[in-house]
Amino acid sequence: MSFQLTINGQKRTADVDPDTPLLWVLRDELDLKGPKFGCGAGYCGACTVHLDGQPVRSCRLPVSTIGAGKITTIEGIGATALGRAVQAAWLELDVMQCGYCQGGQILAATALLAATPKPTDADIDAAMAGNICRCATYNRIRAAIHHVAATRKA
Amino acid sequence: MTILDTKSPTDAPADPTRRLFLTISAAAGGGLLIGAGLTAQAATGAAASELSAYIRIAPDGIITLQSKNPEIGQGIKTTLPLIIAEELDADWSKVRIEQAATDATKFGAQFSGGSRSVDMNYDQMRKVGAAGRQLLIRAAAAQWGVEPSMCSTKPGFVVHAASGRTLSYGVLASAASALPAPDLATVPLKSPKDFRLIGKPHGGIDSAKIVRGEPIFGIDTVLPGMSYAVFEKCPVYGGRVVSANLDEMRALKGVRKAFIVKGGTALEGLLDGVAIVADSWWRANKAREALKVVWDEGATASQSSKGFAEQAKALASQPGTKTMRKDGDVDAALAKAAKVVEAAYSYPFIAHAPLEPQNCTAELKDGKVILHAPTQTPQAGRKLVARTLGVNEADVIVNVTRCGGGFGRRLNNDYMAEAAAIAREAGGPVKLVWTREDDLRHDFYRAGGFHNLKAGLSAEGKLVAWRNHFVGFGSGDNFAPSAGMSGSEFPARLVENCLIEASLMPLGVPTGALRAPQSNALSFVFQSFIDELAHAAGKDPLAFRLEILGEPRQVGTPATGEFDTGRAIGVLKLVAEMSNFGRAKLPARTGQGIAFYYSHKGYFAEVVQAAVSADGEVTVQKVWVAGDVGSQIVNPSMAENQVQGAVLDGLAEALGQEITFVGGKAEQSNFGEYPLLRMPQSCPVEVRFLITDHPPTGLGEPALPPAPPALCNAIFAATGKRIRSLPIGRL
Repeated sequence: MSFQLTINGQKRTADVDPDTPLLWVLRDELDLKGPKFGCGAGYCGACTVHLDGQPVRSCRLPVSTIGAGKITTIEGIGATALGRAVQAAWLELDVMQCGYCQGGQILAATALLAATPKPTDADIDAAMAGNICRCATYNRIRAAIHHVAATRKA
Repeated sequence: MTILDTKSPTDAPADPTRRLFLTISAAAGGGLLIGAGLTAQAATGAAASELSAYIRIAPDGIITLQSKNPEIGQGIKTTLPLIIAEELDADWSKVRIEQAATDATKFGAQFSGGSRSVDMNYDQMRKVGAAGRQLLIRAAAAQWGVEPSMCSTKPGFVVHAASGRTLSYGVLASAASALPAPDLATVPLKSPKDFRLIGKPHGGIDSAKIVRGEPIFGIDTVLPGMSYAVFEKCPVYGGRVVSANLDEMRALKGVRKAFIVKGGTALEGLLDGVAIVADSWWRANKAREALKVVWDEGATASQSSKGFAEQAKALASQPGTKTMRKDGDVDAALAKAAKVVEAAYSYPFIAHAPLEPQNCTAELKDGKVILHAPTQTPQAGRKLVARTLGVNEADVIVNVTRCGGGFGRRLNNDYMAEAAAIAREAGGPVKLVWTREDDLRHDFYRAGGFHNLKAGLSAEGKLVAWRNHFVGFGSGDNFAPSAGMSGSEFPARLVENCLIEASLMPLGVPTGALRAPQSNALSFVFQSFIDELAHAAGKDPLAFRLEILGEPRQVGTPATGEFDTGRAIGVLKLVAEMSNFGRAKLPARTGQGIAFYYSHKGYFAEVVQAAVSADGEVTVQKVWVAGDVGSQIVNPSMAENQVQGAVLDGLAEALGQEITFVGGKAEQSNFGEYPLLRMPQSCPVEVRFLITDHPPTGLGEPALPPAPPALCNAIFAATGKRIRSLPIGRL
């Protein structure tokens, strides 16, 4: 079955089974490898993408439910100034170890900062709790979010 | 002290009698190639070496360095080339790094395990870089008609100060490649005070790609015409396939092939299973939901966690069957002791759970088996695949991808053997991707263990006797992989009367090295019991440890396990100062705990501050870490990150992780039942390194072991409740 999707500002078409999770459409049909498979059950957040600006777990989201929703993946997050600032903070604070979860972390952080420009530690705990970093780079993820909040232009 | 099991395929013993040599040849298209190998192999015509480096300098000054060991998030793809670049005096902005091919003849041992990369390669990478710099200086000196000794370098250039002339490395590369190799034994090295790159923070070489989501992990591999596979193994380890509804599988949408794979009996190799190969991974995995397999579960079906605990209890009351250490007379000393303390400790099996599930893309083409794999041991993987398929090792090509975490799981290459076997049967390239459930049910687990401890204190509160009856797993006299312990773990050798013995239970569950293998469990037992003894002796937990360590001195030999009491004292004192240990005024039900451990050549002491709520919830507030890994921190940014990660990893293990077995099967299968640490449970981790006059050693592991006991000791300080069994859970 054919689905029309808007991904990173582009119209894309995927011919897949309706129950195929968005993650596998992105990775294996559209060759966007940024969203990662970690658990397949919505626990880890490695597969995070934005659906109309909200972070969602693409591994649990059937492609048939997306409709006209606009999808942003880690490949497209740099299209906004905020997304670029988060990417830059991740590099400046040298956040990553293995890096496998970090695309999802950056998407979760960008959504947090878009909604809450100056997040508290409690805001960060709440917004980032769904994204596991197995290398446990949490000290630096937190610092990078604060860094973006402190340095971004109002 | 604990090191990686010597039986491990990764732990190739170093041969100090072999000398480095250097080979030089002109690179295709002009430029300089430098490779280091070992004379022993050179004599046979092959350039096999334990250590090697590879430098390419293009005419435009771009320097390409080969990074020989797998990147698993520890930063080695950046670190080893950084060491070469330092001595080469390269302009880091002009350095490019490539993941080296899996090639023992060219690069020697290639693995990431045991925190060995810096330990084994620091001096050699420096010499290779320094030799390259000497060649470039000689080439410039010849061109200028001056003595090489009158020339120096600045990043990317040779300089003749007297005349003010300079020549770039790119311009000199071709001439330099025609010169004879410098002697690595005498090649001058920089004074560490002149380091420009080493000791400064550097970001990871692939980090920019990571923040853009570029496809650099094994699971991102795409080959033209590729199929996707899932592989169902018996949930009981080593079980055999009797039959499966393959015809039903083949009729499902997208399924290209479904077949039974016959494996062997070795748990670390190819095991029996059913492969489903489809036109997408989602369809392959969906088909699996309808898969029905009749298994012959085999003998392990009778094993369970409950059964292990019952056997361990029975064995605890009998004498051990294997003695690891016997000093003095423990029974006599215990009989005379003013105070005797006895306790039983235990810890569970736990899993590695790297976030990137096991995967491998395999293709049989033109007589070769070509694999793309996230692996910590590509050379061992190559051997395993060759053995499994019955082909020559030379015909197996392993392309190492970035690994989405390792933690020791990818020291085993079972998934590579599976992908190769499936690709051979399926025809055409195949990407095998495990599910998280496959990963947690088919790990090489950190083995559980049971320790029965008894110690004696003198009237002055001095430790005079230590007995440990360890009930673990193994066969006959041999511990299961990474499930043993030596006879030299602290406080052994520092207490006059010491008996360390073991009893072994048979185990059908696969075990293996998990980050700081053995130490990650033993630290909990010994550093917690030491804390109990300090309290029993009426002494401060820090002072009691310092008293046992005594005067700064070297204990043991490389063969028996070296331990430097002075380095342990150094990190203990530093961490106590950082955390204001024993002096901080803390609220009710809040406490600090201290612990130290020596593993993987690194000395670490940690203080955990934790609070326990009225309903028993443990919150870790802060961790202070003091580490001693020698004279040089190569990359302080990555070093701090590794230490923070290792500490939080250790806390997560202690707080909630446990794999249990029923009927020979793991009960946990995803992160709902097997909790990894999340942001709200993380806490600030403050790290300081004590710089000492010892060779630099690795950082992937040694910061982990003190974290679990420091946390348990903090819980005791907060509540008076002693944790003797992990995981902690809710009190």
